[in-house]
Amino acid sequence: MITQAILRALDKKAIWLVGILLVIAIAIPAGNLLIPPGQPFHVPAYIVTLFGKYLCYAILALALDLVWGYCGILSLGHGAFFALGGYAMGMYLMRQIGDRGVYANPTLPDFMVFLNWRELPWYWQGFDQFWFAMIMVVLVPGILAFVFGFLAFRSRVTGVYLSIMTQAMTFALLLAFFRNDMGFGGNNGLTDFKEILGFPIQAASTRSALFAATAVTLALSVIVCSMIVNSKLGKVMAAIRDAESRTRFLGYRVEYVKLFAFTVSAIMAGIAGALYVPQVGIINPGEFEPANSIEVVIWTAVGGRGTIVGPIIGAVLVNMGKSYFTGALPDLWLFALGGLFIFVTIFLPKGIVGTFAQWWRQARGPRRDNTTPRDTGASADRPLVAADPQPKPAE
Amino acid sequence: MADKTDTMLYLDGVSVSFDGFRALNGLSIIVYPAEMLAIIGPNGAGKTTMMDIITGKTRPDDGEVLFDGRTDLTQLDEAAIANLGIGRKFQKPTVFENQTVWDNLELALKKPRNVLATLFYAMDASDRARLDEILETVRLTARKNDLAADLSHGQKQWLEIGMLLAQDPKLLLVDEPVAGMTDSETVETAKLLKDIARTRSVVVVEHDMSFVRDLDTRVMCLAEGSVLAEGSLDQVSANPKVIESYLGR
Amino acid sequence: MRFRPLQLLMLALALACGLLATAPSRAQDGGADIGALVRAMGEASLRELQAIVSDLAATGDPSVTPSLEALAAGNLYVNDETGAVVIMQRNRMYDPVSEEEIAPVGDTDLSRIRVNNSLRRDIGTALGGLTLMSPNTATRMSAARSMLAARSPDNLPLLEEAIAEETDDAVRRMMNAARAVTILGMPDASLEEKRAAIPVVAQSAGREAATILNAALSTAPEELRPSIEASIAGIERDRAVWGAAQNVWFGISLGSVLLLAAIGLAITFGVMGVINMAHGEMVMLGAYTTFVVQEVIRQSAPGLFDYSLAIALPLAFLVTALVGICIERGVIRLLYGRPLETLLATWGISLILQQAVRSIFGPTNKMVSNPSWMSGAFELGGLTITWSRLWIVVFAIVVFVALLLVLKRTALGLQMRAVTQNRRMASAMGIRTPFVDAMTFGLGSGIAGLAGVALSQIDNVSPNLGQGYIIDSFMVVVFGGVGNLWGTLVGAMTLGIANKFLEPYAGAVLAKILILVLIILFIQRRPRGLFALKGRAVEQ
Ligand SMILES: Nc1ncnc2c1ncn2[C@@H]1O[C@H](COP(=O)(O)OP(=O)(O)OP(=O)(O)O)[C@@H](O)[C@H]1O
Ligand SMILES: [Mg+2]
Repeated sequence: MITQAILRALDKKAIWLVGILLVIAIAIPAGNLLIPPGQPFHVPAYIVTLFGKYLCYAILALALDLVWGYCGILSLGHGAFFALGGYAMGMYLMRQIGDRGVYANPTLPDFMVFLNWRELPWYWQGFDQFWFAMIMVVLVPGILAFVFGFLAFRSRVTGVYLSIMTQAMTFALLLAFFRNDMGFGGNNGLTDFKEILGFPIQAASTRSALFAATAVTLALSVIVCSMIVNSKLGKVMAAIRDAESRTRFLGYRVEYVKLFAFTVSAIMAGIAGALYVPQVGIINPGEFEPANSIEVVIWTAVGGRGTIVGPIIGAVLVNMGKSYFTGALPDLWLFALGGLFIFVTIFLPKGIVGTFAQWWRQARGPRRDNTTPRDTGASADRPLVAADPQPKPAE
Repeated sequence: MADKTDTMLYLDGVSVSFDGFRALNGLSIIVYPAEMLAIIGPNGAGKTTMMDIITGKTRPDDGEVLFDGRTDLTQLDEAAIANLGIGRKFQKPTVFENQTVWDNLELALKKPRNVLATLFYAMDASDRARLDEILETVRLTARKNDLAADLSHGQKQWLEIGMLLAQDPKLLLVDEPVAGMTDSETVETAKLLKDIARTRSVVVVEHDMSFVRDLDTRVMCLAEGSVLAEGSLDQVSANPKVIESYLGR
Repeated sequence: MRFRPLQLLMLALALACGLLATAPSRAQDGGADIGALVRAMGEASLRELQAIVSDLAATGDPSVTPSLEALAAGNLYVNDETGAVVIMQRNRMYDPVSEEEIAPVGDTDLSRIRVNNSLRRDIGTALGGLTLMSPNTATRMSAARSMLAARSPDNLPLLEEAIAEETDDAVRRMMNAARAVTILGMPDASLEEKRAAIPVVAQSAGREAATILNAALSTAPEELRPSIEASIAGIERDRAVWGAAQNVWFGISLGSVLLLAAIGLAITFGVMGVINMAHGEMVMLGAYTTFVVQEVIRQSAPGLFDYSLAIALPLAFLVTALVGICIERGVIRLLYGRPLETLLATWGISLILQQAVRSIFGPTNKMVSNPSWMSGAFELGGLTITWSRLWIVVFAIVVFVALLLVLKRTALGLQMRAVTQNRRMASAMGIRTPFVDAMTFGLGSGIAGLAGVALSQIDNVSPNLGQGYIIDSFMVVVFGGVGNLWGTLVGAMTLGIANKFLEPYAGAVLAKILILVLIILFIQRRPRGLFALKGRAVEQ
């Protein structure tokens, strides 16, 4: 049954995408490790890390797309799941430092020694084990999303209200993680990592391995997402996005479908965060900033929501732009980003991929695709107030 | 009121008000298995509100709503009620505009509705045959790969009827099915509904009198939230109160 | 109240000179006498000094104060050659009676007039007595206060004399408290006297009452204990009540800030169904308008400074309303019916506005000053109320009422309500919904600008000002529900007060987190907020 579902998921587009990602997973590390510096195809180490970071963002954007593009839930709190996954990984990496910290305490991380803590808090237990940390990477964001989603979807909090609540959630976590007595390093977060699974974290080979792992994870995410959206569940999700109440009258438990999508998406975000932390070498409460979560939305929107490739392209492109601007013209970055938000929402609502696909379809004749939302006025984003109870007929 | 057992739908003394406005006022209706009931009444009589109550969209302030003689519908939500076997066609055609006709029907097709079942669902030959058959019935075979948004108003009505068929419910609530249909289509619809009513219960709301006549069944006239008259169409339309408040002189 | 600081200044001057304009006659009467007494101090022995001090005190003349003070502080010197007595402070010499500066006469030897502790106490009492009789109310008040702190039995006769002559109620109350406190601490006072003193202490000794009574408790005779304990309990109760009242006041004050920040948001959300993420930046623009107005005034018309806020208010409203209308016409109009996209686009606008302000004014905090009538604080019972907070509460109420009137009484208000309830119907009735949208957005933004003027008085004016308020404002709107201003009012006040009540127990950050969690849970019960719009049009 499952293999069947996976096979169904792998339509031509997904196969191409997975293939490309796997090639990248091999080629870039190879370019870094096997080709000596100075040769034309050598990939410098910083590029490996930089693109590793972009791919983490791509997983995050894809996760957001699953709920927003396919199910109409605009989450402004996905950064929180990302950061939670990152913290779980960070806790593992902190414990790996062992007695190599400044205070040379074999169990307590430096910041705890600094705060005069005597012993490890209970929630830090077990994080010295990689497998345990990995379970937490999945469980912590997953459970948070499950509980939050259960409460929100059960009482039918939708639209802008839901977005605001997710924003409040990440804001609350931001405040919480800033507190020193939370035991997560407060303001400074977790950093100064030494090694992962026994490999030095700064080594070129480790960085390449992390990059490859990220690319493979992204490929797996693509498979999982296409499996979901190409199944009948995907159609139910689109139905919920476009006419939630009608879907209920057909007997679907809208709240459970949303909960499923939201939880899966949060887990993907958490895994992305876990891959991100060893590559950038730090996780701090700043990752919970509401602004970060909104930025993820724009990556997805730029690439094209309701498509699988879109968020990946969007995340990579926007972040390349960000790297360029913040380096060359730091004052202009916020203007550019702000302008991008406006431009995309007004002129490119389907994103790059959606718009391109539309041209392609028009060029090739009238074949239709049910995954991209159309602007029929019956989109998921009808106004909360003064809206029609049912979608408008298109005419 | 009458015996509840053996009824398919049993409404007794149902009242609901919105901000003090009484939309339903002690409404009592009984529908038996394999029976069709046509409901007429002026605008704002509460016909759609009655359907809202049966399908769990609106909670009554007062009164009893039973399905199949025993299930209390006021305690259930929309999805649970739909899964009991109550299908509804909305007054304003509501189909999933961004999906194809085929997908709309697939979504409606009677199958397990839980998350995992839908995730791993694969359509088999019998399902496909069933959908083809329904497409044939609602005359949308040629457009099965078109987006529902591109259908005409009448075609959307048909699609919604098709979805109702795919749902295979025990009780069908049909709100103004023939608005926007041509005369011949109206006749077809009446035939179809009568056919369905041989094995299931059907409640039809309609303003089109010739259509109601075609249905040739028990008729009930609602006004201001309660039953004004009941009987055959001739009896009802001869009732002076009905003439007064609905049909006009 | 505009003249308060000036009065204070004059008072301080008068005190410093010891030449009170209102008491010239007394000072002149004993002039010669005092001079002789002061001069006598030069050669007096300690014992003689004691006598001179009490003689000086007996004159009841305020002009003896400088010499006595100088004597106690060790600043009183005698010129060995001339025998003249002078005050020496920071290498300058003053006449001890007139306090005029004296030119140093060559390098003559000055020797300090020595005092001991018992003399110092006498001087203190004498000074207290003198000031207790001072014609100036504020001086008497502070004298009584210092006696309350001193609790010296020696003061008792003076106090009693002063109480008999006192005309000002507040000062008498303070003197009575000082007397009662003194009696309570005296071992030889009678039981009756002490018993009578307890309630006086409890009522008028202010913040220290509980401490004083507690101290008395340890030495008090058995019979007095129950009544002292009861008084302490009473004070504690009072203090709890005032503490709660203080929290309510802080809560109301925070609530008004939230109300100001959220109310514009609630209007645009209610009417247009869009969340304006740039709302916080409108607040920020309002605050910067205030800054610019103050800068201009400072440079060109400093006399107008006290009116700077009055000038800034309409300007801020205009500036932000115009920016708001531009945003609506330029961006939001194109996104009608897609509230989530509107949310994103307005977020983009907020980034641009922030960066624009940062580029123009720089990233640092800007100084916005309080006009004189907004600075300082006053006491109301056990509450300390700052003028700036009080004015902000008043201002919030005024804005709220004005807005209610606009919505209820004007044509635009009627149209806005119509559009809120049923947009399609309203447009079918011939209401120009685009116009209403633009005006609504302008109005909402303008109010945010007004909020910015108010917030510039209590918060840092920086490009990030708006970001600090936006989430809180959302919470208010979500909690209160849309389409009803009362919902916003109740939401803002509830959140403000709840926050301030949680803070003492949980700390500011945790309180905020708790509030967010509570709202998330609250939304469960009422997904549309406290005051939700009802009806078919808003369903789904
Ligand atoms: N959710 C609601 N809020 C407020 N009023 C409502 C609501 N639902 C229904 N009503 C009112 O109840 C009355 C009955 O409405 P209903 O839609 O049931 O009429 P109807 O009989 O279906 O009319 P029509 O023939 O025009 O379809 C109407 O006046 C309507 O305005
Ligand atoms: Mg109706």
